[in-house]
Amino acid sequence: MASGRSWNWFHRMGSPRWFYETTGRWLPWLWVLTLALMITGLVWGLAFAPQDAKQGNSFRIIYLHVPASFLALAGYYIMAIAGAVGLIWKMKLSYMVMKSAAPIGAALTFLALFTGAVWGKPTWGTYWVWDARITSMLILLFLYLGVLALQYAFHSREAGNKASAILALVGTVNIPIIYKSVDWWYTLHQPATIKLTSAPSMHPDMFQPLLVMILALYSFYALALILFTRAEILQRESKTGWVRELAQQAHPAQSAGVTK
Amino acid sequence: MHPIRRQRLQFVILIVVAASVIVGLMAYMLGQNANYFYTPSQIAGGEAPQAVHIRAGGMVVDGSVKRSPDSLDVQFEVSDGMATLVIQYGGILPDLFGEGEAAIAAGKLDENLVLQATEVLAKHDEKYTPPEVADAMNQAYKLKQQQEANQ
Repeated sequence: MASGRSWNWFHRMGSPRWFYETTGRWLPWLWVLTLALMITGLVWGLAFAPQDAKQGNSFRIIYLHVPASFLALAGYYIMAIAGAVGLIWKMKLSYMVMKSAAPIGAALTFLALFTGAVWGKPTWGTYWVWDARITSMLILLFLYLGVLALQYAFHSREAGNKASAILALVGTVNIPIIYKSVDWWYTLHQPATIKLTSAPSMHPDMFQPLLVMILALYSFYALALILFTRAEILQRESKTGWVRELAQQAHPAQSAGVTK
Repeated sequence: MHPIRRQRLQFVILIVVAASVIVGLMAYMLGQNANYFYTPSQIAGGEAPQAVHIRAGGMVVDGSVKRSPDSLDVQFEVSDGMATLVIQYGGILPDLFGEGEAAIAAGKLDENLVLQATEVLAKHDEKYTPPEVADAMNQAYKLKQQQEANQ
């Protein structure tokens, strides 16, 4: 009996309407936070941080590359966990979050690969090598695109949701592989600069703006995921009463014509 | 938790565990066979095949870089601390290539165990330092060496 009650909050959170209304109140604050962190981090990192002794100014691409890679990996877990919750609890909202996380994750993975290639040419002497880190990141991009593609591959939304969630779960294997690839194999990509267990191997003047940029990307990710999920909610719930009401409030003339 | 949901949870865990085991085994097998990177001591020990495309690398030995005066040809040695490998290359070297830095070359070994490289890449480490700090560290290092020499 007690366990039945303790899950109530969880089921209430699964209501698309509850999500839409609650996040609507968060959005302005999240916008302010994201823009403030992003502008601070970019100006500090690109204009004021000292240049690197060996690489000169080309090292500054780290201020986009590392935060984008962080979120590409963390975002995959968010997508997979949302898929698992959808499979276990049959929660509609959870599948909407999963679907919304896929294009954002794919874009961030692409950004990480692209900035890495731009940096690799002057530093390593090549845009691309098939080393373990870079290849596993490419697989991550395909996994994100696969989850997205499966959403549209079935006539029934239910089947698409299940297939996407299972692919997302299988793909979680890749995340620790990407993370540890630089230690497990001999890669051209250098090992991590920021480690959980020891101090970063980077001068504090260069590291502080990087930390701001990582926080900025976390904030940006939350913002993007909420915006994409809200759009998905409106689309999937367009036949429900509360969404029709919303539409009528926003465009009284147009939707009055439609409802007649 | 509802029994049906618990069953679905077990299904989800099974997927993740099964996928991890399969991929783990595959990576382990590949790691044993797909070793196309060789260290200078492996090449000196005759472990690397000749006339096959391989990758090799190590620290570029101080004072070993010899450039041809009339072409792009360059010859240098890399070391892993135990053995050295001579590399010949006819292309443009990356910016970060330098003596005392790590480099990776791809190419074929000839009969004299010289690597005829078709590509040379510089490997960067994970450390980032501003130029002033790097200069200060270099000077401190030189000073320490001088003191040791004087003693």
